[in-house]
Amino acid sequence: MNPSLTRRGLLGLGLGSGSAVLLGACGGDGPNPVVGGGGQNAQPAATTYTGPDVTLAFWNGFTGGDGPIMKSLVDKFNQANQNIKVSMNVYEWADYYQKVPAAVSTGNGPDLGIMHVDQLATNAARGVVLPLDDVAQSLQLDEAAFSPPVWRAGVYNQKRFGIPLDVHSLGMFYNKKVLEQAGLDPDKPPTNNDEYMSALETLKGKGIQGHWATPFPFTGSHQFMSLVWQFGGQIFDEQGTKATFAEQPGQQAMTWLVDLIQKGYSPRNVAQDADLLALQNGKAAFNWNGIWTINTLRQAEGLEWGVAPLPQIGTQPAVWASSHNFVQFKQRSQDQNKLTAGKVFINYISQQSLEWAKGGQVPARRDIRESQGFKDLIEQASIGTQIDNVHFLPSVPGIGDVMAALDTAVNEAILLRKPPAQALADGANKANQLLEQNAKKYGG
Amino acid sequence: MVEQTVRPATRPVPPVTPAPAAPRRRGPGAAPWLFLAPYLVLFTTFTLVPAVYGLWISLHEWDYLLPGKPFVGVDNYGALLDSGSAVYESFWQSMQATGIFTVFTVPLLVALPLGVALILNRAFPGRTFFRAVYFAPYVLSVAVVGLLWRFVLDPNLGVVNAGLGAIGLPGDTPWTTGLPWAWISLVGVTVWWTLGFNAVIYLAGLQDIPRELYEAASIDGGGKWAAFRHVTLPGLRPVLLFIVINTVLASANMFGQAYLITQGAPGQETRTAIMYIAEEGLRNYRMGSAAAMSYVLTLALLIISLIVFRLFREKDPS
Repeated sequence: MNPSLTRRGLLGLGLGSGSAVLLGACGGDGPNPVVGGGGQNAQPAATTYTGPDVTLAFWNGFTGGDGPIMKSLVDKFNQANQNIKVSMNVYEWADYYQKVPAAVSTGNGPDLGIMHVDQLATNAARGVVLPLDDVAQSLQLDEAAFSPPVWRAGVYNQKRFGIPLDVHSLGMFYNKKVLEQAGLDPDKPPTNNDEYMSALETLKGKGIQGHWATPFPFTGSHQFMSLVWQFGGQIFDEQGTKATFAEQPGQQAMTWLVDLIQKGYSPRNVAQDADLLALQNGKAAFNWNGIWTINTLRQAEGLEWGVAPLPQIGTQPAVWASSHNFVQFKQRSQDQNKLTAGKVFINYISQQSLEWAKGGQVPARRDIRESQGFKDLIEQASIGTQIDNVHFLPSVPGIGDVMAALDTAVNEAILLRKPPAQALADGANKANQLLEQNAKKYGG
Repeated sequence: MVEQTVRPATRPVPPVTPAPAAPRRRGPGAAPWLFLAPYLVLFTTFTLVPAVYGLWISLHEWDYLLPGKPFVGVDNYGALLDSGSAVYESFWQSMQATGIFTVFTVPLLVALPLGVALILNRAFPGRTFFRAVYFAPYVLSVAVVGLLWRFVLDPNLGVVNAGLGAIGLPGDTPWTTGLPWAWISLVGVTVWWTLGFNAVIYLAGLQDIPRELYEAASIDGGGKWAAFRHVTLPGLRPVLLFIVINTVLASANMFGQAYLITQGAPGQETRTAIMYIAEEGLRNYRMGSAAAMSYVLTLALLIISLIVFRLFREKDPS
């Protein structure tokens, strides 16, 4: 739904506070139509802001090594834009996702924020975030400027709620020294199932359990989902009404993971984070982990490591990913200046996303991803080559709740408490119940 | 306890009539009420009102951000009893987890600290040091305790299994990922962590028992055991009641240890009721359902508390 010309004309005539109320009345988007939302506020390219001084609150969950980088980008922005002052607040992601809706509902919400792409639909349905179609339009951003799966993932109910900043997928991290010790080429990590299995077998011969299969969501569930997509399956159906991860591809994926243990390529009972620790102290050779692991491994002294795309185990390349997206939050009363200033900010950071990538991310923007600057970031660029094979969860409100059922299935299968097929079937049943509950709650 | 606190609020304040016939005041007047008022205000605002409001929430499908909060009557409670509902299995499994944890921690946390307190109550060199040692873990936050033990107990990389393996014992026990080991870990960590608190309470109780009673017991020819049985234990009864009730409630509210050390694994075996309620209400935003669960848990704890009170009362020689 594009903002109609009349609405834009209306805006052009009267940008006063009164028009926001008027527009709010004809908005009718979302369950909480008190504030019309950005969708009705399209303006010509918002790359500069000339209004009175404004202060924008910008919240996010960058508590790791990415926090200081975002902070320095914000500082740079503040210097370049004298009439906009952005103040950044950082919370743990888990706290953030609880705090932000509460703050928005009491009218104390921030102006801008970052959300993971799989949180957008939930927060859109709950009336926390504003549609951003006009931001995309005025910044002349479209699918071609990003990557189709990344760009499409931010849409819920035919409206865009997020502007992607980056993509963070899994990659295959490997310990070069361990590979060398086993007589494997540390510069040519395995790329397919045969190579991977033969590498694991060689490692086993040297007494090394090459791939520790973790039963925990980070990143056991991500590995499982990547494999489901690789075997040609889906986690949920298109509309997000039914769990499909227990079907044939899901069973193949889970069996493959459990076989790592059965064949002695992984110890049993891998605890939270033990798989990554094992890679660091040379007890494992491979760890499929998120791109954020780049920062962790850089701090490990004396560790020689590399990262490559996930090997193609199934019939097609595929990898789990998520993405940080810019969002604008609903306010009790809409301040046109703040919305415009917010757009300027989003545009600025988006264009600076090469800097952001240095902190261990793949930029969402194609032009930056294809720049020489990004290609020089060897690790990020390596993970970035998977960009066209990334998969996201469907844009359905409450999808996060449902993932708990998948996590439990992965946990029970990899801890060998249930055979893969049964763990998955139980998980899918539970997931279907939750999907049904959510469909009812959010009105389908 | 609730009864006592609530009653004054409902009883009308007796009118203060300036009767010349009675130069001295007849009752206590408004003074007690004025002294109670600050607490009463806090109690009403932060306990009574939320409790009643919670009951109201539990009768709805409640997401505070959605405009529609349909009234569903007792459906949320019904779902907890309907084996076909999405919450039934998870909820009762979490209640079972809480039950298992409580059953194993409470006896340990009632008995062990008593022993520690008895030893620390005697005069010996370094007593103050040991008192501090036993109390020390209690000052740590659950985050520190959880993270520390998660690494120490790691089945493949932890120091516990490495140590056991080094002395020829099985070094592959799944302390955090298998049963019953996960329970042993959680109970053990909790006892280590909170033992000091109960011991300090016991210690205070022990020092309140008059020395003359022990002297009288020894004059009567009672040995150490008789003194413990007939002087120490009866003297500690109010303290014991406090410790039992307090430990039961604390154990039933266990959250952090399981959240950090086992993350509810294996499967959802160690996901406690509080963990599940928090997940349902604060992460999945099904606050009506979560409120109903809280009330079922509260009811269970109320019944257990009453039983404990009753047990301690019946021990009174009539």
